[in-house]
Parts: sequence; C-alpha cells; structure tokens
Amino acid sequence: MKNTMKKIYLILMLFYLYAPIMVLVVLSFNEARSRVVWGGFSLKWYKDLFTNQAVLSALRTTLVIAFVSALAATVLGTLACLGINRMRRAPRTIVMGMNNIPMMNADIVTGISLMLCFMAFGVTLSLNTVLLAHITFNVPYVILSVMPKVRQMEGSTYEAALDLGASPVYAFFKVVVPDLLPGILSGFLMAFTMSLDDFVITHFTTGAGVNTLSTLVYSEVRRGIKPTMYALSTLMFVSVLVLLILINVRPQKKKDVVE
Amino acid sequence: MGKKSFALPYVVWMIGFTIIPLAMIVYYGLTDHTGAFTFANAAQILTQEHAKALWLSVGLSVISTLICLLLAYPLAMILKGISKNQNSLIVFIFILPMWMNSLLRTMAWQTILSNQGVLNAVLSFLGLPTVRIINTSGAIIFGMVYDFLPFMVLPIYNVLLKIGQDKVDAARDLGANGVQTFFRVIFPMSMPGVVSGITMVFVPSMTTFVISNLLGGGKILLIGNVIEQAFTSGSNWRLGSGLSLVLMIFIFISMAVLAKYDPEGSNVI
Repeated sequence: MKNTMKKIYLILMLFYLYAPIMVLVVLSFNEARSRVVWGGFSLKWYKDLFTNQAVLSALRTTLVIAFVSALAATVLGTLACLGINRMRRAPRTIVMGMNNIPMMNADIVTGISLMLCFMAFGVTLSLNTVLLAHITFNVPYVILSVMPKVRQMEGSTYEAALDLGASPVYAFFKVVVPDLLPGILSGFLMAFTMSLDDFVITHFTTGAGVNTLSTLVYSEVRRGIKPTMYALSTLMFVSVLVLLILINVRPQKKKDVVE
Repeated sequence: MGKKSFALPYVVWMIGFTIIPLAMIVYYGLTDHTGAFTFANAAQILTQEHAKALWLSVGLSVISTLICLLLAYPLAMILKGISKNQNSLIVFIFILPMWMNSLLRTMAWQTILSNQGVLNAVLSFLGLPTVRIINTSGAIIFGMVYDFLPFMVLPIYNVLLKIGQDKVDAARDLGANGVQTFFRVIFPMSMPGVVSGITMVFVPSMTTFVISNLLGGGKILLIGNVIEQAFTSGSNWRLGSGLSLVLMIFIFISMAVLAKYDPEGSNVI
C-alpha cells in the first residue's frame, strides 16, 4: 500500500516535470504554426531547421559559449581549489564567501552589475562580454564539485611521485589530476549545462546581433515562436537522453558479462 | 600539491567580475546624474507602483517556495529510498529537462494552461468545470514552482542521504513511532538542506521577470519586471540600480533570518 502510494507520487511528479517537454515535442510535429491548434503531422519544421540561418547561428553561439566558458571555468576553478585548500582559515573563509556571491545573488542583479561594469569601462557588449559573464557564474559550480575531491586527496601520493623523480608538472598531471578527475568532469558538465540554460545574465550582457538560443526565443515571444525552435530543442533533448542512457547502460552490461 | 598562489587568478577574477560590478550597482544606486550622493533612487521603492510590485513578488515567491517544499520533501525521501548508491537516476530526472531551453519549457505551460489549452480540454472531457488560470498570479506561481522545484529537491535529497539508517533505527528502538521519528529526528537533521533549498527557490522566484512576462501576460508586474524595464526600455540606470540595491538588501535580510535555522551554517547543494 505504502509502496504503491510512493510509486504514484513519483509518477505524478515525473509527469509534472516532463509535461511541458512532451508538449514541445508534440508541437514540433505540428503542421500549423499555432501553439493551441493541431494542424496535422508534419516534418516541415525539422526541414526548416537545417536552412534557418538565425536558428543555426544561435545554436552555434550557444554551444561555443557553453563549451569555452565551461572549459575556462574548469581550469580556473580547479586551480583555485588547490590554492584555497592550502590557505589558512581566515583567507579561506573570505575567498569561499566571495565565491558564493554569484550563486546566491539573483541572476538579474549579477547580469545588471556586469552590464554596468562593462559599459562604465567602455567595453562594447558583444560575444566576449557574454563569455566573461558566463565564466564568472560557472566557476562557483566547478569549485563546488572539485573542492570535496581536493579535501579527500592525500598529499602523500604527490610527494611520493616527486621523491620518485617526477617533475612537479609531470606529477601534477599524472597524480593530482587523475585523483580529481570525477569532480573536474562533473564540474565541467554542470557549468556547461548552466551556461546552456542561462537566459537572464546573457540578456543583459549580450551585444547587438549576438543571439543565443535563449535570447532568440525571448525576442520571438511577442510575434509567436517559430516551431523550428521546438524541433531543435526536441533534437537536443533526444540526443542528451540517448547519451545518458548509453552512459548508464554500459557499466551494467559489463557486470552481467563478469557474472 | 599546489600552492596558495594557484588561487590567485580566480581571486583577481572575482574582484574584477563580482566585487567591482556590485560596487557599480551601489555607486549608480546611490548617486544622481551629477555624481552627488542621494537616496532618491532607492527611495523610489516607496512609490505606490514599485511598492506594489515588491510586495506582490514577496507574496508569490513565499507561496511558491512553500509549495516547492511540500512537493519536494516527500519526493526527496522517495528518491533516497530507491537509489541507495546511484546518483545517475537523480541526474537523469532533474538535469535532463535543463537541456531543453527553460524559456521554451515555460512557454509550454502557456499552451497547457491557456483557456483553450490542454488542461481545460482534459477537464471538459472529464465533465469538470474549466479553469481560467493563464495571465493570473496563479499561472506565475505555477511557473515558479515548475522552474525551481529541482533546486529544492536536490539539497534535501543530498542531506537525507547523509542521515545514517542507524539514527533512524535508534529512534525506533527507543520507542518513537514513524511520525515521531520523522519530526524529532529526520526533519531536524535535514534542516541544512531545507534552508539551502528555500534560499535557492526564494531568491530566483523573488527576482524573476521572465516567468511573469511569459505566464502573466505582461500585465502583472513583479519587482524583477520593474528593474528590467528600467534598464532595457527606460534606460534609467540609476533607478534600476537603486531598486536592485533595495532588492539585494531585502534578500540579504531574509537569508540572515533563515540562517538562524541552520546552526551549522553549512552550504549544501
């Protein structure tokens, strides 16, 4: 009885979380452009996707920003974790406190503050300002997932590598990085996802003519969104779904073979 | 493995892209166009229009935070029960939707909730009265709960995972029933997660302008809308900064009050 209730609750919540996604998938196959009228099954929005320059260039911009900002944030954040771990209590508290600001602050305040800062120092808003902004809000997520791994790491393995004749750089990449790798990878993924899904901060820091998928959608809200966007997000969703299933299924298969 | 100086690039980065920008808001918020000190921008919050927007934001975000907590806690407990050692399921459920653009997902609720929408079609099919929810505060709450629910579930789930079964067993051995065990042992121990979940839902819903734009039909103004308009359509930076300053102070006070319920002051996400 209790278990049935739990299952029903879980299914209801999953339905709630995934209902809008189902709606978007259905709408991507809608012949009519309307969001409330079903005009018959059609693949025309998928065809349009491959020739629609505005959507394709927004997709490219979004992916470039997500990848570059996540990469830069991962390097900056991982190094910072190693440094912070060596600090004494007082400076560490200050640095970690500053690190919490972008995460705890409202997106709108972060976006506005960066915009004001860029304008005041005469920096033209462009793709680069969006990148700087994304790196800024991504680093805290990297630190959050790398820091626990740094704390767990034992300094003795690095020292052992040095004693055995490794140079500090060699030891860093052969001993320290592999130890931290799970944290670094999940930090990178988290940063990538956050950057991909951001709208508010991009909205305030982007320049004329530079659109990510989010800002493109927002600019289309008034005149009605072209279902091409639904087709694109359906494709993105399905590819990540497949990727996640592949990652999660493979280890289990291995286990089966061993057994 | 590493020196203190490794943190230097990031410290410089934070000063350049977090501290100085915030100082800019304080500067613009507290000066007039001649650069002289004034409280006039921040005091604009007291005008009837702005005060109304602020209180509406507070009201809607408190309601949606409470709904999120009520929905998320049982969900986190169920998830803890079914995934003892694997985080992949949780990632699956909550990170996956983020790969579909959040604006589009919010727009999809417009399709579901609109007067001729999916929800009303289902209701009338079942012979139930239809509802008029789109372009009301109710629709905005709906959107807030949907958008920010994962930020409530994840911290609570993470804290629940750390509560050892031995503590629960001990409570039961000492004669507590299920309800007592929950309210005297599990819930108090999960407070850090609850506090961090509340902040992570309250702050974004308090400051949103997107959800109110998309689901409120542009007629309902939250404080986020007022600030956004000051910067984009009004180009009134000083007003926008002054109001942002008030908003920051408001959030800071709420978080300070909330921190009292989290004695360890730990951040769990």
